[in-house]
Amino acid sequence: MKRIYVNEKWCLGCHLCEYECAFANSGLDDIVKALKGKPVYPRVTVEDCGEVHFAVNCRHCSDAVCVRSCISGALSKGDDGVVRIDREKCVGCLTCVLVCPYGAVMPAPDGHAAMKCQLCTDNGFGEPNCVKHCPNNAIVFEERAEVRA
Amino acid sequence: MKYVIIGNSAAGVSAVEGIRSADAAGEIVVISEERFPVYGRPLISYYLLGATDRSRMNYRPEDFYEKMGVRLMLGERAERIDVSAKEVVLKSGARVGYDKLLVATGSRPFDPPMEGLGEVKQKFHFMSMQDALDLEKALSVRKRALIVGAGLIGLKCLEGILGRVKSVTVVDMAGHILPSILDDAGAAIVQRELEAKGVRFCLSDSVKKFEQGTAHLAGGGSIPFDLLVVAVGVRPNVELVREAGGEVARGIVTDDHLRTSLPDVFAAGDCTESDDVSSGARKILALLPNATQQGFAAGVNMAGGDSAFGSAIPLNAIGFFGSHVLTAGSYTGESYTEADGDRYRRFFVQDGVLKGFILVNAPERAGIYTSLVRNRTPLAGLDTARLEAAPVLAAFPASVREAMLSREV
Ligand SMILES: Cc1cc2nc3c(=O)[nH]c(=O)nc-3n(C[C@H](O)[C@H](O)[C@H](O)COP(=O)(O)OP(=O)(O)OC[C@H]3O[C@@H](n4cnc5c(N)ncnc54)[C@H](O)[C@@H]3O)c2cc1C
Ligand code: SF4
Ligand code: SF4
Repeated sequence: MKRIYVNEKWCLGCHLCEYECAFANSGLDDIVKALKGKPVYPRVTVEDCGEVHFAVNCRHCSDAVCVRSCISGALSKGDDGVVRIDREKCVGCLTCVLVCPYGAVMPAPDGHAAMKCQLCTDNGFGEPNCVKHCPNNAIVFEERAEVRA
Repeated sequence: MKYVIIGNSAAGVSAVEGIRSADAAGEIVVISEERFPVYGRPLISYYLLGATDRSRMNYRPEDFYEKMGVRLMLGERAERIDVSAKEVVLKSGARVGYDKLLVATGSRPFDPPMEGLGEVKQKFHFMSMQDALDLEKALSVRKRALIVGAGLIGLKCLEGILGRVKSVTVVDMAGHILPSILDDAGAAIVQRELEAKGVRFCLSDSVKKFEQGTAHLAGGGSIPFDLLVVAVGVRPNVELVREAGGEVARGIVTDDHLRTSLPDVFAAGDCTESDDVSSGARKILALLPNATQQGFAAGVNMAGGDSAFGSAIPLNAIGFFGSHVLTAGSYTGESYTEADGDRYRRFFVQDGVLKGFILVNAPERAGIYTSLVRNRTPLAGLDTARLEAAPVLAAFPASVREAMLSREV
């Protein structure tokens, strides 16, 4: 499947992907209206460490420990390989936050559920909006199955 | 090939998925004493709280059994395993033959000896959907509830019922709440939060005697109550395997492929013992993530695959009215503590690896710490100053990070 991959060396640390993610999942069609003056809750996290910057998204793991650990069955891996969360079923226990090795699930701002990257399959954007707007190709959306050991 | 699974919960359905990942055709029979299709057992408190409902508690989609080709026998109790005939004998007398059998029978509540307990009319456990439904019928804003046990199940029950009864009192022998997962300081924060909601705790104390709506405590006090929830602990359901001659210690003993000592009989979930890699000890890890991982691996192995499960650790995510307690691993070695109001973090380091941690109201990205515990990652190669401040992948060498973020995982 196509996943988001990181080219750490090219990341400027501009955090634009975080804003584009928050916008894509805001349900609004104007980025200024969606984000201006409001706290931003992205599902991608940019880490800054001196000169090194990189964006962390859900890896859509082949054997996803979050799916196996979810106490409600809210997390599932689709036939397309995308690991999704059913917000209606989620009870916000944060077991998934406790087990994801990448820190890629986060508490949702309403406090009642968790949230995670679903590769923009759930918001009408179709393709990851973070990747689309990365100015330096520091995150890409592609097939890389060949590197699998 | 005919597969039979006793127990239709987290471990049992994960085993179905494990079997189907390796064998699309074999016959699968699931025997379940409970009369419901699989539901998230931990969700029963969220049900009483109103944070979920029956229709959303299904742990797998409604068409799961049909899609997986499972014959589900609800309301049937397995009484005995006849190892020589390779049959499970049901309470009804019927026999179900198997080629490969999985025992995924979980655990049951345990009542400590307390004088007068048998005479308490409104007495409940909190282990199953039926328990929750029975308790719900008894709830009333005019009633005073007493919960014996300030562990995970007792306190989740508390969260579920607090808004639906007049008052709740919790009694526990331990000196602080959630004794199996929290230290004094962490427990104090959670206790404070719950007391602010009106909960009364009687700690380092126990019920000596029940007498007509009053619990007399060993410490001299007495608590009038209308309904009682007993949540002091659970016992693994090991009898089927023990009586068939299989090896049982505290739980059913299996190897890392979930095979019991009986031929073609596997076991998974809360009824088994696991090797806790964070402490090196064998113990019962009665936790859902452990049950599902064991169950899946057992299923793969039953279907002729080769799947070892050897990375069990204690893991707890529990919260009350918006607070969050996340813990993992074992609390041994040197500890490093950081406390700031209602936020509390404590880490345990021994032999150069992170052994365990307690995070109260600091859940963000905790899984990065958990995987250090699970993988016993040597801290020497990591930027520990960064890790102490926050769980970040920046603490890893670039090459490790590359494998995490730039390859398929
Ligand atoms: C209130 C509550 C809250 C919890 N919260 C959490 C949490 O937040 N996180 C977490 O990780 N874990 C939690 N747990 C624990 C979690 O529910 C268990 O670890 C998990 O359900 C274990 O799954 P299992 O399949 O091994 O066994 P179980 O879920 O116990 O299921 C065993 C099944 O086998 C059936 N059975 C037993 N004997 C027989 C027989 N002889 N014949 C036929 N059927 C039989 C039982 O009826 C039952 O349906 C909680 C538990 C409770 C009760
Ligand atoms: S949330 Fe974490 S564990 Fe789950 S699929 Fe994504 S990266 Fe993997
Ligand atoms: S927070 Fe939601 S998705 Fe995560 S484990 Fe709990 S119920 Fe599942």
